[in-house]
Amino acid sequence: MQFTRRDTLVMGAGAAVATFMPLQVFADATEDVSAEFAMGEAITDGGVELTAPEIAENGNTVPISVNAPGAVAVLILATGNPSPKVIGFNFGPRAGGQTASTRCRLAGTQDVVALAKMADGSVKRASATVKVTIGGCGG
Amino acid sequence: MADNVKPRVRVPRSAAAGEAFEIKTLISHKMESGQRKDSDGNPIPRSIINHFSCDFNGENVIQAALEGAISTNPYIQFEASVEESGTFTFTWQDDDGSEYTDSKDITVG
Repeated sequence: MQFTRRDTLVMGAGAAVATFMPLQVFADATEDVSAEFAMGEAITDGGVELTAPEIAENGNTVPISVNAPGAVAVLILATGNPSPKVIGFNFGPRAGGQTASTRCRLAGTQDVVALAKMADGSVKRASATVKVTIGGCGG
Repeated sequence: MADNVKPRVRVPRSAAAGEAFEIKTLISHKMESGQRKDSDGNPIPRSIINHFSCDFNGENVIQAALEGAISTNPYIQFEASVEESGTFTFTWQDDDGSEYTDSKDITVG
């Protein structure tokens, strides 16, 4: 079978679309979840601290921690995961500080986003890029 | 999935009134995300702990809604502050409906 120049170009374009499509879909899912969490409030950067490693060798256990003074709820999202939600925290009256840590799975190199809902209803955001050597979604 | 689930919690024995201190929790659980496929290509159904909460003398400290992206043996660390002696109760809820609990006492003084 011989490829003409036109065939090659079409295939190339198809491959490019196939490569970028899933990422686009994941990004939309993140937007949807963020909007749901914000409940119509504008999301502003700053006021939240998200700690994540720059490079994670194993995507199966990536330590992340968030510190959001004055927050009532925090939502952590992994923008490049098949399902963006990672964990949601709600702080009660006995919380000593609005800080929490956990370990999460990341499918690949991506941005991790922390959204914090403050007592006055405003929503703050912080994000960190994590390079993942081995993805954590199996299969 | 209710075999070999063992909660572990670390709380200081005593604390000063009103001072924030750290609580570390870990529970052994496979946390099957629902994204993986078995060798025949069939998706493995999700089986995770989906909710965690910590209370002190009936008042809430923290609640967490866990998703499939949380690692095997979920670890959660947070801070609490108390004014009087009492008991922390920790509750984990499994997708299959079971509930795992643990409790720890603390003395203020």
